[in-house]
Amino acid sequence: MHKGQFVLERSGLEQLLQALRAEGYLTLGPKVREGAIVYDEVQQLEDLPIGYTDHQEGGTYRLRRRSDEALFGYNVGPHSWKRFLHPPLLRLFRARKVNGNLEVENEAEPIPKYAFIGVRACELAAIQIQDRVFLGGPYQDPHYKARRAQVFIVAIHCTQAGNTCFCASVNSGPRAQTGFDLALTEVLEGDRHYFVGEVGSEAGGRLLDRVAHRPAEGPECSRAEALVAQTARNMGRRLDSEGLKERLYQNLEHPRWEEVAARCLSCGNCTQVCPTCFCTSVEDHNDLAGQIAERTRRWDSCFTADFSYLHGGSVRVSTKARYRQWLTHKLATWQDQFGTLGCVGCGRCITWCPVGIDLTEEVAAMNNPAISTLPGRQEGGTHV
Amino acid sequence: MSKTGLEHYLSEHPFFRSLRPKDLAWLAELAEPLAMEVGDYLYREGDVSKDFYLIQEGLVRLEIHTPGQGELVIQTLGPGEVLGWSVMLPETRKTFDARIFQATRLLAFDAAAVRKRSEEDHHFGYELCKRFSKVIGERLQATRLRLLDLYGQPH
Amino acid sequence: MVSLISPTPRPDPMQPRPFRVARALRETADVVTLELEAQSGPPLTFRPGQFTMLYVFGVGEVPISISGDPYKPERLVHTIRRVGLVTEALCKLRKGDVVGVRGPFGSHWPMEQARGNDVVVVAGGIGLPPLRPAIYHLLRHRRDYGRIYLLYGARTPADLLFPEELQRWQHTLSHASGAWPVRVTVDRAVGAWDGSVGLVTELIPHLHLDPPHTTALMVGPEVMMRFTIAELKRRGVPEENLYLSMERNMKCAVGFCGHCQLGPHFICKDGPVFAFPQVRDWMMRKEV
Repeated sequence: MHKGQFVLERSGLEQLLQALRAEGYLTLGPKVREGAIVYDEVQQLEDLPIGYTDHQEGGTYRLRRRSDEALFGYNVGPHSWKRFLHPPLLRLFRARKVNGNLEVENEAEPIPKYAFIGVRACELAAIQIQDRVFLGGPYQDPHYKARRAQVFIVAIHCTQAGNTCFCASVNSGPRAQTGFDLALTEVLEGDRHYFVGEVGSEAGGRLLDRVAHRPAEGPECSRAEALVAQTARNMGRRLDSEGLKERLYQNLEHPRWEEVAARCLSCGNCTQVCPTCFCTSVEDHNDLAGQIAERTRRWDSCFTADFSYLHGGSVRVSTKARYRQWLTHKLATWQDQFGTLGCVGCGRCITWCPVGIDLTEEVAAMNNPAISTLPGRQEGGTHV
Repeated sequence: MSKTGLEHYLSEHPFFRSLRPKDLAWLAELAEPLAMEVGDYLYREGDVSKDFYLIQEGLVRLEIHTPGQGELVIQTLGPGEVLGWSVMLPETRKTFDARIFQATRLLAFDAAAVRKRSEEDHHFGYELCKRFSKVIGERLQATRLRLLDLYGQPH
Repeated sequence: MVSLISPTPRPDPMQPRPFRVARALRETADVVTLELEAQSGPPLTFRPGQFTMLYVFGVGEVPISISGDPYKPERLVHTIRRVGLVTEALCKLRKGDVVGVRGPFGSHWPMEQARGNDVVVVAGGIGLPPLRPAIYHLLRHRRDYGRIYLLYGARTPADLLFPEELQRWQHTLSHASGAWPVRVTVDRAVGAWDGSVGLVTELIPHLHLDPPHTTALMVGPEVMMRFTIAELKRRGVPEENLYLSMERNMKCAVGFCGHCQLGPHFICKDGPVFAFPQVRDWMMRKEV
């Protein structure tokens, strides 16, 4: 139906936002709050972080003013879209004890209809990765599924790269390839402020038809293309992902793990801000009378001391073991589990680590093979 | 079992396997078959090590007597097991009772003869020492694992 | 709010089905067997080696292997050791009490692949219940297998599980006089005990086996399983014929919470039953 690229003026984007709201979507997008850009309800374009940019480095995040009025002139903040699709706290069920019977109540909760405004390529990749986790296996998570099915995605191709960004080296950006309803590139040229866009789905096409737009002209497309291409060349970090899985499997006893463990606080920030981390825990509560019990699910982190609790103690006691678990899961075992890398190169873990641990640096450090390999490989011994 | 039959039988047993044919023949000649009934004592605590044994059938229990608690069982040994590793060390005495608790057939090998031959023929002696070391090592390993009380409640 | 007692399998794998305790048997001082019946809907069918998540109202949920006969699913049987809050609550249940059940989950013992082979079942302590469904299968289909052995190690005679069944199995599986298919040993004999004393791994070297055509199924503390594997390998049983049941912290049992990972494996959906080569590199490593 819609072929080729279109142009939306700034006013057209406002119309798009209002059209989504008119269709009953809860429009979520970036907003400035408490010194960071987070995802929250956006009711009009003025709610966006207009004229803001973010300065990010290992352990550093600061907002700064731009010299222009760009709506999306920054990268990603501490929030990711997973907080909406995979909620931090969720009630799984409520049960009652009635006459010695166990009755499980299944509340037909209204599932929110979200529109995500300003989804970056790395974030889209992260959503697709979580799709595999929650929908691609022998079981499907009905809570994720219900929220995911209704989401409308307006993606933004990044026109600048952050210091901690490395989406290019993991093939997840800066251009969003699939999975969006509409994708836009923001262009500021002189006194012009427009968006070059593409339609990614029928729903996107239908929505576009309700707002003022026109086909993009050659120079406009080229300009947008150039901005994105330049972004790909300006990545702040790079992950050497060649043979990464094998490299990590062979270096599980590399001395570097001890070094990074000495710095790591096992605070778990990385797991909270990471858009693909999905671990949760389940808790049972009951009321004082013991008549009603609830089971809730909340985000958990493999860095917590009792994450791996078994038989009176934890399997992964040391910080080293827990950091190793997180990194090897994200970059190696995830590949065996889900067929893709678990990391999308958004750089959040680097930015929000209080001590600035940089996983691209850790991985690079392990390029030098370590002394010991896997135990039990020695042949002929009396033990296994 | 004839002596050649015995030789063959020993050659197939993990403990005796790969000994030189002349050593196997000598051991087969030395071997004395024993049949013992439930309750019989193979040896008692304090006895001088007289023989070492290869259990063919039945069950032998290593016990120690404690006033007030009767017999405490250290270990049971069954078919195929070798009993009496201390035979290589002269003048050792048994620290436990060995009592039959399922009708048992065994082969007994005279300790003094084995030690004499080991002194005269160090190759033979070394081979036996290696094999007894393995038996001791396996018993020790198993004992240590039992000490871990793996089936106990987690702490 | 809608109250649901759904007769059909729930689409949400996190929702328990109510089951009623038909029988609660005290096996030993800290082990209880619960026989459960579905309050409504079909009985829960399972394959040997699988587990369920048992939910005690308001207390919590734990993974417990199914220990009953897969050919008699009307009674869903679990044998539970009291080690914490939830298992303690389960061990206190009486006939008529209600529990929530989710499942069955996980991989199962390779009863098909083992056909034609000698089978050695090695159980350590509370490792016998997860193997009992496999034993029932072996008993029922004895002619499909070669020699069948059960090696069972317990702490003391008082800790032995299913003593009458052990005797019956000994009788059923003995083809010839003098055959000794069920070998029970204890770490420590206290009181009158006329059986073996020693570690269960010590029973392996002298079994009559055809090692290349032997399948081993084992459950017990990880240390015990490592040594059992070493002994079986020493006998010449190929690694791919060694099967074990692994344990890790479990919260959801459906591969979403991430807790039960052992390297790339989710114990809840890739296991708990694994062929040894799948987990060898990971279980030999510390703190993985």
